Amino acid sequence: MVTETDTLKAESIIEQFRQCGFTHVVNLPDTESKFMYDAIAADSSIHLIPVCREGEAMAIAAGLFLTGKRPVVQIQNTGFFESGDSIRGICLEMKLPLVMIIGYRGYAGPNQEPRDSAARFLEPMLNTWDIPYYLVTSDANCHLISEANARAVNEGRTVAVLIGKEFE
Amino acid sequence: MARMIGLEALKLLSRRRTNEIVIMHESNRADWPVATTRPELDYLMAGAMGKASSFTLGLALGRPDAGFWVLDGDGALLMNLGSLVTIAAQRPANLLHIVYNNDTYDTTGGQPTPGSGNVNFEGLARDAGYASAFTFSDLETLDGALDEVLAAPRPAMLVLRIESNGRRPTAPGLRRSAEALTYLKEYLAQSVLD
Repeated sequence: MVTETDTLKAESIIEQFRQCGFTHVVNLPDTESKFMYDAIAADSSIHLIPVCREGEAMAIAAGLFLTGKRPVVQIQNTGFFESGDSIRGICLEMKLPLVMIIGYRGYAGPNQEPRDSAARFLEPMLNTWDIPYYLVTSDANCHLISEANARAVNEGRTVAVLIGKEFE
Repeated sequence: MARMIGLEALKLLSRRRTNEIVIMHESNRADWPVATTRPELDYLMAGAMGKASSFTLGLALGRPDAGFWVLDGDGALLMNLGSLVTIAAQRPANLLHIVYNNDTYDTTGGQPTPGSGNVNFEGLARDAGYASAFTFSDLETLDGALDEVLAAPRPAMLVLRIESNGRRPTAPGLRRSAEALTYLKEYLAQSVLD
């Protein structure tokens, strides 16, 4: 049974984006984020930059950062794997203070066997690259996005937020 | 097929440059530092293959009051062809996308790219939605048309069909990426670019 505290509303995430002062969402829609996409598109205060392939997103974000903007990248874990050279050469080498929102496709819950290899390899890859990450699964813990952003800024590094539940 | 000496084509561009920020990528790092007269506004995008066009899009969107030229390579652009569509969709009116088109991977020794000699980058840019696109294969024609090219609606693509020179060292004196990054950020933090 789904209770109120189990929900993860797109608006809750957008509110976190506003609190973080994000100016641009560089995004490739994924199966988790249909409602999220619609909510961003409807918010004129945050610019949406759709990309054709996820590896573009980190490079676009780097350019925006250099001009003083505050971009956030939103992709799915499959796109995270596709973006390997951009994450290595831009996020890690440039020490980009970027928050990457990553849809955790295949996540089945705590202590549950992942549903597919996209989920199975995600956290090991993040650990290998020494990218800190937070897991958001409900409105109750989506404040972790703000924590991730503070850590990215304070430590001068890229931080990931894994979205373990579909938005409503 | 006629081709230009790349360095000579870049010298023609450099003569008409005013205060645009130029982003180098891959093999043109050996030539642009020789042609430039404003190295303080040049930045080498290194470390993520093919992503200079995307990086420059971010710069252009963040500072619409400044002009940006990205010196891409044909091999690099082939790695990131989708960026043409992404750039066109954002319609940055301050971005000139220059393709240093030698149909080879010069950074690895001059091996031919897939579709070498057959790819029409100007056509790809137009069909992706660039506001204008041009291709030149000889210096005289390029020199005569550059004023029109630089005044054309953007995002614009300028394809320079050039000879391959194979693997060459990075130009001496070029700032390392980390140092250049800091400089570029400080420069862009100025409220007015002059």
